[in-house]
Parts: sequence; structure tokens; C-alpha cells
Amino acid sequence: MLELRNKPVVEQKKSFDYRKKIDFKKIFFHIFLFIICTFMIVPFLWMLSSSLKSQFDIAKMPPVWIPKPPQWSNYIELFKGQPMLKFILNSIKITVSVVIGQLFFSSLAGYAFARIKFKGRNVLFFIYIGTLMIPAQITLIPMYILISRIGLLDTHFPLIVPGFFYAFGVFLMRQFYLSLPVELEEAAEIDGCNPFQTYWRIMMPQVKPALATLGVFTFMNTWNDLIGALIYLTSVEKFTMTLGLALFRGVYSTKWNYVMAGSVISIIPILTVYFVGQKYFEEGITLSGLKG
Amino acid sequence: MEGRLQTIEKRKAKWGYLFILPNLLGILIFTAGPVIFSLIISFTDWNLMRGFNFIGLENYFNLFEDEVFIKSLINTFYFALLTVPAGIILSLLFAALLNRKMKGIGIYRTVMFIPVVTSMVSVSLVWSMLYDTDFGLINSILNKIGLQSVGWLTNTKISMLSVAIMCIWKGLGYNMTIYLAGLQGIPNQLYEAASIDGATPFKKFMNITLPLLRPTTYFVLIMSTIGALQAFDQIYIMTGGGPADSTNTIVMYLYNNAFRYLKMGYASAMAYILFIIIFFLSAIQYKYSKTWSEE
Repeated sequence: MLELRNKPVVEQKKSFDYRKKIDFKKIFFHIFLFIICTFMIVPFLWMLSSSLKSQFDIAKMPPVWIPKPPQWSNYIELFKGQPMLKFILNSIKITVSVVIGQLFFSSLAGYAFARIKFKGRNVLFFIYIGTLMIPAQITLIPMYILISRIGLLDTHFPLIVPGFFYAFGVFLMRQFYLSLPVELEEAAEIDGCNPFQTYWRIMMPQVKPALATLGVFTFMNTWNDLIGALIYLTSVEKFTMTLGLALFRGVYSTKWNYVMAGSVISIIPILTVYFVGQKYFEEGITLSGLKG
Repeated sequence: MEGRLQTIEKRKAKWGYLFILPNLLGILIFTAGPVIFSLIISFTDWNLMRGFNFIGLENYFNLFEDEVFIKSLINTFYFALLTVPAGIILSLLFAALLNRKMKGIGIYRTVMFIPVVTSMVSVSLVWSMLYDTDFGLINSILNKIGLQSVGWLTNTKISMLSVAIMCIWKGLGYNMTIYLAGLQGIPNQLYEAASIDGATPFKKFMNITLPLLRPTTYFVLIMSTIGALQAFDQIYIMTGGGPADSTNTIVMYLYNNAFRYLKMGYASAMAYILFIIIFFLSAIQYKYSKTWSEE
């Protein structure tokens, strides 16, 4: 009752002073946010601008925003001087492998934790949650010793295989499987599917949005990883994109235009993934905020 | 009939173990095992070149007499103090601003999130350029308005602040997205009721938004603190811990000890101290999130 009586009054009031007040507010709002967004984007524009500058323009004061003429050759030089293509291919190989492995193993375990009853399930799941509290840094040294003992230093193995197993992925997938109706499985079982067939053919296709969410996050974390590559890799031709960039910093210590060109190349793939899968990024963050 | 059902259930349970087995092995080998192994290493003087002896708690005692370690510890907490509160306030402010249906609002959210997805390495590189004392964009703007150049990354007094500013910039979009989700969970009727009572937007924010966002704020606070305590990439790229250890952090010092000086035992003791701090914070988070979900 109260709501019915009050609503029209509020709306009337709004339309009454619409021109005088709201428009001004709106303009102020957009100007403010435009300034904020400029702050967010300027470093990237500067990156792009610097990547197209000559050595001379880089150190010019006051700085130039639009280099004349733009030095597209910086990008070509980068590919000639360093195994840039190798870095990109290595990063793609590692990232794609980790994403596929992570999705497969997390979704399989997450399904079992959500839908199959077995002894010790809750205890195991509790342990999984516990491992979420372990910072990655603590495993660096023992992992390095382990990898060096089995003779796999300076290979991509330690950057790929450990990446398959991540408790948060299992946790995320479990939450999604829990929300599916039981009837789906029952129908599959009556049709004679074994649990793996039920999972693979019926259940996994139902959680595609969750797979996409986990996929984009795993992509981002793996593509952007520095410390793993830094400790395990020593041969330049095995470097990832991020480690390659850190290397440029040393090799081209005064040639910022090359370093920036490398940075631009390194962020194109992740930005593409972001623009395509923005929805999933936001969903993933929201879910991580609700965990526990 | 009942017996048959039981065997079906048992058979299903076997599949359950099978599904979890590969993941469980992975977690045991690559996470749980290393955590225990790390503790053992921290009681040795393990050096990759020489082998090892057990030395008990000596590494831990030495750490607290190591001036650089103490400095790194203080720096790390200082870094958290610089980034976390400011990050929370700004991301909450922007979330509140962007929590409305309006044309073009999606573009703002998209832009705010771009620094989140790009690697810490590439943004650290470009910010190193922006901060450059001689030709950096920031100093050139300062000069233009008649101020003197600042040694953003070379002055020991402000180098950590400079790194912190970049990290606040990078993390804004992340925390803002968490806050936006929190804001969407607040029922609109509360605001409508408050409007009827004649509350100003500021009062509504203080009396409705803030209290109802308290769980979100706890979450963001603890997660950002944990993130800040693990700072490495930005330090490695921008300053390498310098000048004069002014930006040295626990993880940076740990990296140097383990992989430059090859003092694995000593570095493991450091890692364990970091682990205990972070585990403690996570446990608080876990406990609170449980009480929140029960509420």
C-alpha cells in the first residue's frame, strides 16, 4: 500500500526538475569518470606512443605524444634482435596447455566432490580448502629442488604440469555442479551411462559458463606469470613473453622504445581474451568474493 | 533390492575416488608435499653447491638479526599499509559511482579493468618510464607547472610510495568489481525507504551501504593484504629492491637469497614466516566468511 501511494510522487518530483538538476549532475558524473578513466588508460597510451618513437624522441623534453614519423621498424627490429617469436610461441604453448589441463582435472574432481558420495569426501574437501591458504612462494624452493633432482630444469614441464592442479579451480567447479538438478544424472544412469560417461556427456556440457570463467582466469594467471619462468628457465629460446620482457629491460637498458614495443605485443593476447570474455572475468571475481 | 542399491553406490564411490585421484596426487606433489619439505629445509643450511646439515632453528634466529630481513619485513607491511586502505576507499567510491543503469557505464567498467588483466611486468615497465627522473612523463608535467623533478624510484624516501601508487592503480578495477557485486546484493527497498524518510545520499551511503558492505570490505581487506605481502614482480622490474633496500620486500629478499646466493635453507625460513602470516590472515577470512554465510 505504502509503496503504491509513494511511487508516483517520487517519479513526479524527478520529472519536474529534470532539466535543471539531473542534467547538470549527469554531465558532472561523466566528466569525473572520464578523468578517472584517462588516468587508467594513459600508461597504456604512453606505452603505445613510446613503442613508435625513435631513440631520440624517447628522451625528448617536453615529451612528444605522437611520434613523427611513427617508427614501425621498432617492432621489426625486436623480432630480428631477439627470439621474440619464440617467446610468444612458448607463452602460447604453456598457457594453452595449462588451461586445458586445469579445466579437465578441476572439473573432474569438482564433479566428484559435488555429486558422488564416497567415504572421506568432506575431509578431503576440507583439506582442499586448506591448501587455498598456502601462498605460492612457499613451494618455490622445494619445487625448484624437486625439479632439479628429476632433471627438468630449463624445460617447460615445471611451468605446465603443476599448473593443472589448483584447489580453487576444484572449488569453483564444485559450486557449479552443486547447482545442477539431480534428474539429469538419473536419466543418464537409467540409459546405462557409467559415471565417466555421465560426467563427460551430460554434466560437463552443462557447466560451460563455469569452464569459461575458470579458463579465462587460468589464462590470465599463466600468461602473466613471471616468477615461475624466472626460476626454472635459463636458455633464452625457452623464455616466456613475460620473462623475455624482463630480459629486454636488461639488454635494451637504454632503448625504451624496444622495451615498450615488446610490452605492447605481450598485452595484445590477454586484452583480446579480456574483450571476448569480459563477462566471465567479472563473474569469476564475483564468485571468488563469495567463496567460503 | 537394498543390497543391489548398496553395490551400485559402492561402485559409484570407486569412480568418485578415481575422478579425484589425479588432482589429489597433483596437489600432494606440488603443494602439500612442498609445504612440509619447505619446513624441513628451513631447519638446514641447505646450499645448492654444498649439500646440507641440520642446524635446528638457527636460520630463524639469524633472520631476526639480519637487518636487511627486518627492513624487508617492515617495508612489506609499509607497502600493504600504503596500498590496502587507499585501494579499498577508492574502489568502493568508484563502485558506488558506477552502480547505476546508465548509457555508457559499461565502457567505464571495461576501462577500469584493463590494468587488472595486463601483466604486472608490462605495467611495471611502462610505469618505470613514467617515473623516470630525467625524461619521465610525470616529471615533465611537474616541470611544466613550475615544480622540480622528483626522483620517484631513486629517492629512498618515496620509492616505495611510487611503487604503491602504481599498485593501487592496477588493483582498482579488481576490488571495484567485488564491491559492485556486493552493492547489487543490497535490496533497493532500503534506499527507497530512506528516501521517503528524507535521507540525503551521503546519509544513505553511511547508514545503508557501508554497514551492509561490511562482509565485502573484510574480504577485500584481507585478500588485498595477502596480495600486498606477496609483492614481487613489480619490485623485481621497477627497483630490484633498491635504492638502498628501500623497496626490498620479503619475497624479493627471499628470491635473492634462494636463487642468487643459493641459500635455500635460509630462504625457506623466510618463506615459512611469510606462510605463517598469510595462513593466519586466511584463517581469519575463512572463519568470518563462515559466520557471514550463516547470518
